[in-house]
Amino acid sequence: MKLSTFFLIILVTFSLAKLSAAEKNEELKNKISKNIRCLICQGQSVYDSQSDFSESVKLIIENKLNEGLSENEIYDFLINKYGEWISYDPKFNKKTFILWILPVLLFVIGGAIIVRKLIIQKL
Amino acid sequence: MLANQIGHYSLFLGFFFSIIIIPISIKNYNNKNQIIDNKIFSISFFQFFFVLVSFFGLILSFVNSDFSNETVFNNSHTTKPLFYKISGTWGNHEGSLLLWLLVLTLFIFVFLIKSNKQPKKYRILTLLFQQVIIIGFFLFLLKTSNPFNYLFPIPKEGLGLNPILQDPALAIHPPILYLGYVGSSIIFSSSLAAVVEKHISKIWAKHIKVWILVSWVFLTLGIMLGSIWAYYELGWGGFWFWDPVENVSLMPWFCLTALLHCILVLEKRLLLISWTVILSIATFMLSMSGTFLVRSGILNSVHTFANDPERGIFILIFLFTLIFFSLFIFFVFHKHNSQEIAKTFWLSKETSILFNNWFLMYFLSVVLIGTVYPIFLEVLSGEKISVGSPFYHKLIIPFLIPFLIFMSIGPNLNWIKSEIKKIKIQIILSFIIALIISFLILSKIGLVGLINTILITVAFYLFFMTIKDFFSKKFNNYSQNFSHFGFSLLILSILFNSILSSEKIVNLKVGEEFSFREETITFESIENIKNKNYKSIIGNFKIKDKKNNSIQLKPELRVYNQPLTITSEADIKTTLYYDKFLVMNVVKDYEYFNVRYQVKPFMIWVWISTILLVVGGCLSLFRRSYEK
Amino acid sequence: MKNKIILSLLLLFFIFCFVILYKGLNNSNIYVPEVKIEKTLTKFNSIDLYSENKISSDQIFVDSEYYVLNIWASWCVPCREEHPKLMKLSKNKSIKLIGLNYRDNPKNAKRFISEFGDPYFMIIKDRNGTISVDLGAIGVPETFIINKDKKIIKRFLGSLNEKLLNEINLITK
Repeated sequence: MKLSTFFLIILVTFSLAKLSAAEKNEELKNKISKNIRCLICQGQSVYDSQSDFSESVKLIIENKLNEGLSENEIYDFLINKYGEWISYDPKFNKKTFILWILPVLLFVIGGAIIVRKLIIQKL
Repeated sequence: MLANQIGHYSLFLGFFFSIIIIPISIKNYNNKNQIIDNKIFSISFFQFFFVLVSFFGLILSFVNSDFSNETVFNNSHTTKPLFYKISGTWGNHEGSLLLWLLVLTLFIFVFLIKSNKQPKKYRILTLLFQQVIIIGFFLFLLKTSNPFNYLFPIPKEGLGLNPILQDPALAIHPPILYLGYVGSSIIFSSSLAAVVEKHISKIWAKHIKVWILVSWVFLTLGIMLGSIWAYYELGWGGFWFWDPVENVSLMPWFCLTALLHCILVLEKRLLLISWTVILSIATFMLSMSGTFLVRSGILNSVHTFANDPERGIFILIFLFTLIFFSLFIFFVFHKHNSQEIAKTFWLSKETSILFNNWFLMYFLSVVLIGTVYPIFLEVLSGEKISVGSPFYHKLIIPFLIPFLIFMSIGPNLNWIKSEIKKIKIQIILSFIIALIISFLILSKIGLVGLINTILITVAFYLFFMTIKDFFSKKFNNYSQNFSHFGFSLLILSILFNSILSSEKIVNLKVGEEFSFREETITFESIENIKNKNYKSIIGNFKIKDKKNNSIQLKPELRVYNQPLTITSEADIKTTLYYDKFLVMNVVKDYEYFNVRYQVKPFMIWVWISTILLVVGGCLSLFRRSYEK
Repeated sequence: MKNKIILSLLLLFFIFCFVILYKGLNNSNIYVPEVKIEKTLTKFNSIDLYSENKISSDQIFVDSEYYVLNIWASWCVPCREEHPKLMKLSKNKSIKLIGLNYRDNPKNAKRFISEFGDPYFMIIKDRNGTISVDLGAIGVPETFIINKDKKIIKRFLGSLNEKLLNEINLITK
């Protein structure tokens, strides 16, 4: 009984109309602002902050979106102005490849050790 | 004044007892008695008692607004409500360290009392190792972070506490979190002691399991409270930001969860001993590194305490001394046991727990590397980068898929060996059901990316598997069932909440309205109210839907006078199906307000599922006492 | 034997971590922009504070060896402190001192100038702060030295003092 009501609610919540282009832009603006650091704050994104800097950057993001720039182009624009510190998504380059690869490498090594242990005793 | 003095001298007394307990314990260790000398119990009690008195002394100083105490001066104000004067005691660096000491000394005393079935030498060694930590903290406190520094002349008023910290959830978040975090110190000390005394056995596992459970329950609750506070207080509708301070509480949690599973294996089959010891060490070392990262000023975060490199250096040296110390003990005293594992079949509960640990350690490494890599990069190359949610999401989410599958299948496997044929049908059937349901749901809400689709499927799989297990006849492990069910619910609620949430940000004047997704939101009026230590500006908003049902939301702006800050308090209407979240902010120089309205489906299920997770852990604790 | 190797490797690893974290303690957390590469000014459009005429950066950055662009606002307290230095700087003949009024109310800005003096060759408005972002600035006060090829050769965060003033005069000789 409870499960079906649960699903019914999801279905009802979900008869949504398709998003308009303006709404899409606004969603994208919010998404990008969450990934951009407010440079005069302590550990906040420009989405979270109401500071002058954050408001200006959010406006720039909105303008660039209306000009037709893609999400990545906007990140590149801001990184070009302020350096990589401003973006919360570290790009994959020779400075950061260790950051991205090391956890996965450790995972693979861990897996290899486990599999080896299990195979050895199977013999 | 007096409270201040008493608090200060008590601290010294506590320190005194923490030192003299050492030679007495060593003597007791070496003599032929089988029991612990009563003197040791007394001294351990006095150590805790005087730290407690000291803590109360600090609380009283805060309550009395005794500004001759520097900590009170820096962090309190006469107009602060009583409740927040009290909680202000531990809301600052010095006071929170005193809380660390309180939990450290309390736990070792309770350990001594409750461990009387364990061998004497093991108990004394645990005490000694714990004292190393305690003395380290006493020195840290007395030398760099004394909560009882005197100010003269006595200021008439304090500098006040950050108004964002004046919140009930935040008031109890540190004590609960510390019970988990700092509680893992006992696990650290006793594991090392067990290694030295060669006391690692099923009896030891049973005894230490209680401590692990208690620590885990409090740590999970503490993290949840922090997230709840962030959601209700920080005004943007998020509850997890991958901020360094949050990461620092999550890392010990991964270790502790893995440790919890290991201790089950150890108790049943005496396997995974090395894992257990290493995880015990790692949990507490991560707790301490957390303290370092958050208090030394090395990281940029919205929650950091005041930056002070001198404190940073002290903790750094203390932390690495403990690391080298435990490494030394592990390598010298630990003998590897590889006999038992040979009997284990690859398809068994032991292996699934091994896989569980493997994944948890991976998640740990992602969070750890993400948090400290910028530090390393900056020192080595001078470049500054930021690591935030995109990184953590990209590396964690795909791996959740196999993790959830293992979590669903694992509990159904037998110890040592499972017959492949027997489990096949159940498992595949459940998977098909999960697939069908996910497909139905996603066809309504639209494809949201391949990974999210698969993730929803496997989360539902775990959901149904745990439900099936609950009703199956031979099942009796309710604690694990509740926790795993809670976890599946947590993943599902986080997923649906993030996919289905929507928001609109508008600039509005009083009297204006805007519409969003079949609702109309009207900014009706503004009220100005004067409170004890702040002025309040309340906005009255009416949210009306298609059927003319309406609700009122009243977000608030608070203007505090000491220090001069404006904070924004969201108003949230919570139901089982959604949260409606409204917050407003002033826009400089203009008459209108910036209004953010969010609809967040299933938000409350995030908290409910975490509580279920914790209930599972508690069930395990109560089951043990029932079994006795 | 295997144990000893693992132990030594771990020890080395932790010593390495210790050294890095120790050094990391002394690093500042405040954003400091790197001006290793000389960036060229991107073109922007603005409005003059007094005349309300539209003017583009191509029209502003002509006819001088050096330009000093100072970002300021009437609501900014450190800007008030550095203002006397700017009055002194305006006497330097080899520079054009341009004021960029940041996220400010024009009335308040004009009042500020009439009260404290006008050191600027020209004041342009940046009401929403987007021009500052185009320049890569983060707030007020902030000052840029730009050469005749429209390259940003030096940047100062925060208010100017005597020492920095001398530095500017030296560079722009």
